[in-house]
Amino acid sequence: MAVKRSDGRKANELRPMMAKVGVVPNADGSAIFAFGNTIAIAAVYGPRLLHPQHMQDPATGILRCNYDLLSFSVSDRKKPGPNRRAQEISKVTQWALMPVLDLKEFPNTVIDVQIYIIQADAGTRTAGINAASLALAHAGIPMKDLVCSVACGKLDKDIVVDLSKEEEDYHEGEGATDFAIAKVANSDEFSLLQLDGKIQPEVLKEVIEISKKSCEEIYEVQKKALKAVVEQEMGGKAK
Amino acid sequence: MRNKINEAHESVGSIEAPEADPTEVKRKVVIPGEVIVTGEDYLPGEGTRRKGEDVVASRFGLAEIAGRSIKVISLFGTFIPRRNNVIIGRVRDITFYGWSIDMDSASSGFLPLDESPRFINKDEMDQFLAIGDVIAAKIWSVKAKGIDLTLNGKGLGKLEGGFVFRVIPSRVPRIIGREGSMVGLIKEKTGCNITVGQNGWVWIKGPTTDAEIRARKAVEFVADKVFVDGLTDKMEEWFTTN
Repeated sequence: MAVKRSDGRKANELRPMMAKVGVVPNADGSAIFAFGNTIAIAAVYGPRLLHPQHMQDPATGILRCNYDLLSFSVSDRKKPGPNRRAQEISKVTQWALMPVLDLKEFPNTVIDVQIYIIQADAGTRTAGINAASLALAHAGIPMKDLVCSVACGKLDKDIVVDLSKEEEDYHEGEGATDFAIAKVANSDEFSLLQLDGKIQPEVLKEVIEISKKSCEEIYEVQKKALKAVVEQEMGGKAK
Repeated sequence: MRNKINEAHESVGSIEAPEADPTEVKRKVVIPGEVIVTGEDYLPGEGTRRKGEDVVASRFGLAEIAGRSIKVISLFGTFIPRRNNVIIGRVRDITFYGWSIDMDSASSGFLPLDESPRFINKDEMDQFLAIGDVIAAKIWSVKAKGIDLTLNGKGLGKLEGGFVFRVIPSRVPRIIGREGSMVGLIKEKTGCNITVGQNGWVWIKGPTTDAEIRARKAVEFVADKVFVDGLTDKMEEWFTTN
């Protein structure tokens, strides 16, 4: 590797991950997910009656995501409230999660997913998707699978996974590249591919292969977190 | 040669038909998309689906493998109304045709005027059930446009006095116990009247406030312990110390 990563990680090494389920007592399902210094909390409410009424769909329930980068999550205070970026990320999160959900059982209802980034160090949307996927499962909503998400990028010519903010701002050589990916865990479906920067078509395939491996690692963390919550609730008696 | 064929058949048979003892239930925690069992012979039930050879979980919870049939029971989340569920709700509104009932689920319940046990004059509907009254009712039908309730049944009707609190709806079967054994025990030990709704609302009325609080603590204790192995015995023990 030509460029050394600032925190000494290998190219395909993720930051230390942390996942915990059941962190918001008043929500129907909730989870926290962290990639190193990036921490996301997701809370799921519903299925519940959808207001405004004109959005109701008699054929199926709908998913409504809201992503919020909290004002204290970055070093320069962010002006609180929704903005164009938050709107976009809310939308892509919703699209990333929708393929695993089947809400036909709950017509005219909504499932609200609130994602709060309490600490940001790049890769917030991917951490948000991972947390939301856990929270949806925790809420007992019928799902085909979990969704795992990771961001890949380039340091000059080298492909690296799970960029930190410092790496994301690496502008030398071929320039900064940020490639957010979400994958349906036990299949080869991708539910989010977002590219910011430049990448060669041949390299793209390589990136996808690398991210697949990373998603497997993330899946294991998610799996562990979900199983842990049951054991904890049951006083360690789960078989 | 013939013997060999027979042996082959036998071995195939034993793989396809696992020890079919319907009384023995195997339980394990599964996450969405996880393979529960592999084999064409299993029957995917609630919360599961078939994916090629495998039966996979389609929700997070406790997989129960009873003989050939497999289902996944959710441990968290909101109440999903089903026909014949007994629920506890609160009167939200009185309409021309009946009462609209808030039952803590996605769609509200409706109790038609015809379902009241005696004749009620349309002008005096609030004398039978006023806004804010708590009732125990049974779900008569679940349709896309709403949920119809009925009061015809044992123990259904207006709940007077006492108080209502919430538990996680998926824990309700544990609180009730096998044929009502658990709730029966709590009733007996505290002398309280308890109604448990499938929507997770629990109504308690007892002779004294202390007894009511004790009953509430007992119900919450059961709701916390999902994995039961002789929980009734543990409950007996709990009553000796609390």
